[in-house]
Amino acid sequence: MPAMSGVTVDRTNNVTVTGRADGPVVMLAHGFGCDQNLWRLIVPGLAQDFRVVLFDHVGAGHSDLSAWEPGRYATLDGYADDVLRICAELELPPVVFVGHSVSSMIGVLAAVRDPARFAKLILVGPSPRYVDDAGYLGGFSQADINELLDSLESNYLGWSAAMAPVIMGNPERPELAGELENSFCQTDPAIARVFARTTFLSDNRSDLAKVTVPTLVLQCARDAIAPAEVGAFVHAQIPGSSLVTLPATGHCPQLSAPDATLAAIVSFAAGTAAGTR
Amino acid sequence: MGDAGLDPALLEDSAEDLYENAPCGYLSTRLDGQIAKINTTLLTWLGYRRDELVGRRYFSDLLTVGGRLYHETHFAPLLAMQGEIGGVALELKTADGTRLPVLVNSAVRTSPAGEPLLIRTTIVEARDRRAYERELLRARQEAELEGERLQLLVTTLQRSLLPPALPGVPGLQAAAHYHFASLNEVGGDFYDLFALGADRWGLFLGDVCGKGAEAAAVTSMIRYTLRAAAVYDPDPAAVLSTLNTALHEEYERGFGRFCTAVFGLLSRDGDSFILTLASGGHPAPLLIRAGVASYHTVRGGPFIGVFDDAVFTATTTIVLAPGDTLLLYTDGLIDARTGARTGEARERFGEEALCELAASVVPATATSVVTAIIELLDGFGDGLDDDVAVLALSVPPGNGTFPAPRRS
Repeated sequence: MPAMSGVTVDRTNNVTVTGRADGPVVMLAHGFGCDQNLWRLIVPGLAQDFRVVLFDHVGAGHSDLSAWEPGRYATLDGYADDVLRICAELELPPVVFVGHSVSSMIGVLAAVRDPARFAKLILVGPSPRYVDDAGYLGGFSQADINELLDSLESNYLGWSAAMAPVIMGNPERPELAGELENSFCQTDPAIARVFARTTFLSDNRSDLAKVTVPTLVLQCARDAIAPAEVGAFVHAQIPGSSLVTLPATGHCPQLSAPDATLAAIVSFAAGTAAGTR
Repeated sequence: MGDAGLDPALLEDSAEDLYENAPCGYLSTRLDGQIAKINTTLLTWLGYRRDELVGRRYFSDLLTVGGRLYHETHFAPLLAMQGEIGGVALELKTADGTRLPVLVNSAVRTSPAGEPLLIRTTIVEARDRRAYERELLRARQEAELEGERLQLLVTTLQRSLLPPALPGVPGLQAAAHYHFASLNEVGGDFYDLFALGADRWGLFLGDVCGKGAEAAAVTSMIRYTLRAAAVYDPDPAAVLSTLNTALHEEYERGFGRFCTAVFGLLSRDGDSFILTLASGGHPAPLLIRAGVASYHTVRGGPFIGVFDDAVFTATTTIVLAPGDTLLLYTDGLIDARTGARTGEARERFGEEALCELAASVVPATATSVVTAIIELLDGFGDGLDDDVAVLALSVPPGNGTFPAPRRS
């Protein structure tokens, strides 16, 4: 298991910093369904040349669940606020922001609001809108999204009884804490439901054209969540962006094709040209 | 029993036949999910021919769209990170479009060198189980709704047992607070402050033994008895005697409810207030005067409602001069288990600590003391399992801040 022995510097978002202290900063943002563990296969490679900042979105992983509010996180802006806050609190120089899945749009929102915080954007499997619309193919219908919410409910039956007290911090039952450490991506079902709605019902198409930061779209060859057409749409809408298609199946190339993903991120992050089209 | 006792049919069961016709579905895929091998059982469930799936379709193609989203965001990443994942509830789409609820377990098969080779998946039909789980979910949602209704009912009822706001008493500052130990159960503490004609006020604070609906009914009865008795004869001892008589009848009828209470009669005297108090087994009030807090024993009688022949004749009079603050409270405050842990039990907060807290509030007024207690209660956390009611009265320092009382 690759070591991810970073230093935790912020409790709210469980921010960890690892890698070369004097290297340029790469900030890795996980998507819906998991936490910063998702980056574990490419962090060692990145850490050689970059200062790597990892975090869990509030409500996911080991973030501070008491900081989660349904209202604040009912839109992606709440998450974008957190990204900007982390950049400010850590006094980071302009970062290369790597956002996976929904975090690519969180990065877009943050970069539109405060471009000075960002050197570059790398969007892994981005989709500005999952639900089909007139003249736009997102890949899903409203009914599909409802079905996902049902899937979440069915699969958290076992969770709520055993895991809830752990995540809420239960010092009386230390044996459960060990169980938690061995399991990745545990999420409170109520939080997961809100995050799922926020993720899959957002529409950020109009934000793409406002991006002024050099941007790379990393598209998976075969992705059921963010199909090639959607990646092409994002590429077309963000001025001067680049598009790289990874030889990867599924929505998580950092797990299924870590070497190719790492190479694409390093190449774009280290490159000096703004548009390596 | 030796092999000789076994049916020959059992001996002929082969591993291959077990694979093909097992009572569960077997599926092997490449790491990217493309189907490489599938058993007859699963093909039968799905209604596909082998050649329609093998080498052509992916595991996620067999799922509903919602299931596919779940697979991509949860199942596949976890499988990649952990090497296995089990007990995931999904729905398969069969060839004729119907849905088959299943439970899925997957494991990554690795080479001796540890390189991942393929994914093995076992699929168990779960129609009945999923129907049962849906019922459980529905029941839980209903229970949550009921819980919300209960809390609304409890808070409404609780509010009806407390004064919505304390009346203004010229020349006196009064403040109160009620801490609810539980959102699901009505508490048994009570207090009130009310006018008894011109320049005279009645006040009380007490604690019914127990909580819940029955205690609430008794609390309600106590409140109305005290207020009615005070109109008839405001002498605090007489008021408590009347309450004892009324409550003892309830007690005798088998409800076993009794209470502790302090009743006071307040009247103005120049810049000061004269407060005559009687107590029925209630903790002594705390008087804060010139930065010093001390308990002031109040005469009276025993617990109210227990004894038929309880005598309440004695009263205690306290003159509240400008700058004085008097604090009435229920024992939930001093009995809170908040101190250092000694073995299993935690030490109670205690009278001394309350005394120190009250003395530390500068300047001490009804509002500042109650505010300090609210902050204290917030910090108690799970050490506080009883309701707490506090009522504080203070006379502002006499420097002409208030107009002199008019006397007729």
